[in-house]
Amino acid sequence: MNSTTAKQLDPNQINVILATDCGSTTTKAILIEKIDGEYRQTFRGEAPTTVEEPAADVTVGVVNAVTEVGELAGRKLIDDNGEIIRPAQGDTGCDIYISTSSAGGGLQMMVAGVVREMSAASAKRAALGAGAIVMDTICSNDKRLPHEQIQRIRELRPDMILLAGGTDGGTQKHVVELAELIAPAKPQPRFGGTYKMPIIFAGNQEAAELVAEAFDDDVKLTTVANVRPVLEMENLAPARDAIHDLFLEHVMAHAPGYNKLISWADAPIMPTPGAVGNILQTIAEQQNINALGVDIGGATTDVFSVFNGTFNRTVSANLGMSYSISNVCASATLPMILRWVHLEMDPRELRNHIKNKMIRPTTIPQTREALVFEQAVAREALRLAYIQHKEFATTLKGVQQQRTVGDTFSQNTSGASIVDNMKLNLLVASGGVLSHAPSMNQTASMMIDAFEPEGMTVLAKDSIFMMPHLGVLAQVHPRAALQVFERDCLIYLGTCIAPRGLYRAGKTCFRYHIRSKSLEESGEMLCGEMKLFPLDENEQAVVTVEPSRGYDFGNGPGKRTEFKARGGKVGLILDARGRPLVVPTSETDHLSELNSWVEELQLYPEPALTEV
Amino acid sequence: MAKAYSPGLQIRQRVLHASRRLLPIPGDVLVKVGDRVTADQIVAQTFMPGDVTPINIANQISVAPAEVPHCMLIAEGEEVHVGDILARSNGIFGFFKSETRAKTAGTIESISHVTGQVILRGAPMPIQVCAYQAGTVKEVIPDQGVVIESEVTFLQGILGIGGEAFGTISFACENKQQPFTDDLLDESMQGKIVIGGARMTGKAVSRGIEIGVAAMISGGIDDEDLKEILGYDLGVAVTGSEHIGTTLIITEGFGDIAMADRTFNLLKEREGAKAAVNGTTQIRAGVLRPEIVIPLEHKTSPDNKTRQVNSAGILETGVPVRIIRDPYFGLLGEVGEMPTELRTLESGSLSRVLEVILDSGEIVIVPRANVELIEG
Repeated sequence: MNSTTAKQLDPNQINVILATDCGSTTTKAILIEKIDGEYRQTFRGEAPTTVEEPAADVTVGVVNAVTEVGELAGRKLIDDNGEIIRPAQGDTGCDIYISTSSAGGGLQMMVAGVVREMSAASAKRAALGAGAIVMDTICSNDKRLPHEQIQRIRELRPDMILLAGGTDGGTQKHVVELAELIAPAKPQPRFGGTYKMPIIFAGNQEAAELVAEAFDDDVKLTTVANVRPVLEMENLAPARDAIHDLFLEHVMAHAPGYNKLISWADAPIMPTPGAVGNILQTIAEQQNINALGVDIGGATTDVFSVFNGTFNRTVSANLGMSYSISNVCASATLPMILRWVHLEMDPRELRNHIKNKMIRPTTIPQTREALVFEQAVAREALRLAYIQHKEFATTLKGVQQQRTVGDTFSQNTSGASIVDNMKLNLLVASGGVLSHAPSMNQTASMMIDAFEPEGMTVLAKDSIFMMPHLGVLAQVHPRAALQVFERDCLIYLGTCIAPRGLYRAGKTCFRYHIRSKSLEESGEMLCGEMKLFPLDENEQAVVTVEPSRGYDFGNGPGKRTEFKARGGKVGLILDARGRPLVVPTSETDHLSELNSWVEELQLYPEPALTEV
Repeated sequence: MAKAYSPGLQIRQRVLHASRRLLPIPGDVLVKVGDRVTADQIVAQTFMPGDVTPINIANQISVAPAEVPHCMLIAEGEEVHVGDILARSNGIFGFFKSETRAKTAGTIESISHVTGQVILRGAPMPIQVCAYQAGTVKEVIPDQGVVIESEVTFLQGILGIGGEAFGTISFACENKQQPFTDDLLDESMQGKIVIGGARMTGKAVSRGIEIGVAAMISGGIDDEDLKEILGYDLGVAVTGSEHIGTTLIITEGFGDIAMADRTFNLLKEREGAKAAVNGTTQIRAGVLRPEIVIPLEHKTSPDNKTRQVNSAGILETGVPVRIIRDPYFGLLGEVGEMPTELRTLESGSLSRVLEVILDSGEIVIVPRANVELIEG
């Protein structure tokens, strides 16, 4: 099987699907089966990833994870030669096998473009969308001198480089200049040896020949369509596809055991974040909603968004809960973290705790205090990652705008963020600290505090982090991917309803009326209050809100709004703390409000006697 | 299940240890298999292509980029010295010529007729790799480097600052609980690897740098002190390239924490011996921990306790462990019962746990993820 093309399979003949995600530390396998005409995720197994010595073969970990799934499912999936059995017959084998990978640090790229806000931004979006970590962006106006740029290129060891610049038919000089900087720097690839550095040129097509002249045989140059053919338009797909192809042909092929894995898979192997982006886009498109997904890991935090059909992904490289926890504290500062902590803690001890977690990243909080503190850090890591995402997910910069008299007082410029919390419909959480929080109320609370959703927003979490698997599945069998996503992947936590408008101590924020099969509630929310109403997963409630002057639920300040809220494991949360969310400055007021939120949302119940 | 895998720091009295010493780019290997080498002996060297300086000639002499190749007075591949005239414009009717001179020396690598840019490559930079570990050359990797092997006392720390250093082992603290303070350092420790006990203070580090100690090793350090020493807050534990004037190795963690008994005693046994240390730490995929390598003088027979270094061990009843998370952080003991069922922690999380019989005799229950093996 070719590494870059999917096998042609009749979707109706697919009954058993096996999918793996080879992460840096664990390989996760899931089994999807057609039950009564519907696809359901049935079993899951995991095993340590084996890209490093002594195994140094990724397929060993895959076979171990798949064997565990097979044992749980009572289905023989691996034959005596240690290979995956296909097609499915009775209790043996599967119909298709697909996989994603982020092992070995995933895909690491360097991006170069002429103007930071234009072609370089488009190139960066293409790289991030393809699932890469962007190590650095070199551009003509990045305020570094040419020799500093060359030095930087020499220091980095990316898996590949994406070079963009110029509109088609426009000036060629600047992009060729960039090529002339990259070529003598002789960038060394991560995997060394015989590997030729892949460079993708996605700039002014008329400059392609001149760019090719700048490079010698030490690199493998691929030319694709311009990411910014005209200023008003982006065309990221060809660059993304080229990145995926080169990722398979060059990067993965040099990682231990990947050639075998590629030959096993029935669809091209995707970088894990690329696959997550894929499924989120599919869902947003199918349900016609704006969606935001976050995956907070130990080292990095990925944020994915689809607003009005535009997909964006950012990776906050040093915001995470273990390897990067110290960086979160350095970036956010301790007082910002402590604003989410309702218990008394010694700052010096906390700083040492943070560093101890950084150097021993696999430990888990044993005490309630440690959990409260870690979740406070998570709120800040998510908040910072979201700020970076909003700054990146913008309308195209450099586009000429026509203004009329009506726009006289409008401050809108090109390059405004397209992320709008008021228009956000679905917020999906994944990653250890969110997925494995002891209570789902804690997950919901962390998401609300970090992302500050406005209007009505449905909150969900990825049950067992199967979004990567479903992202690849969406390429070969979209229907199966959607069915599993809706039924097994997401656990709905409930709905958050919150107005936009600043906190005003002691004032009424809004009045509400809630009506559902099991609920009939009405009342008044004072500024700073939160309320939780139980609302079952299968229930919907009609919520009518009447905001006070200055508060807006999406229909305009002070305007009455009606929502149909979805229930979930947590329920319906009314949040009158104001947006942007500001905590009271007085320490006493702050602690009393914080305690009231903790109590209302039942975040940290007193420990039971049997606990250790 | 009575066994589980848990990473641990290695603390070995005698082990056959190999170091791979590789060049970043291909070059010459200067030793052969079987050679005895000292720690600071150069075993491989190469030349890295020199720094690159781009010069926009078109702008400097005010000509169109396409004219630059004709205006160049020095051709591709030729050498340039500081002050040499690189290019001269034709001027108008032979008058008003403008020229530009080289500000750095090097060789002309390329002349672009598209951008008018000239790339000047500086002199090659030598890169040398020393043996680091005294021992015998076991393997030569052609054009890349060597593998050096010897019997050593081998210890790993938890976090280091700075790179490789060499010196003799010298003690500042009398016991593992004694804080490593500045008054314990004196001029006689210059160029030595100085061992402390508990927390290393910021003042002690400053004093160590002032004296010129090769490296300082102790149980703990305070986050605030480290921030002051580095001049910034360490965000991720990827270190080794710092140049603070010495190499630091912390064996246990942050805070007031004493060095583990075994580590302290083993270092004490080797007091006065020549050692190599490396503070390089990388706590990401492919973990690197700082290390202390103390070669042994005499080879021993193969049937003694010499073993290959192993990176992971089995967690089972009876093995010595260190608790690495609150509320028992830093305490040592041995594994007792290992219940198979998940238990609810005080935090509310469900987790696999184990019993640790502390050195004091007290038995505590902790998540399995919160202990690390003390290997040896």
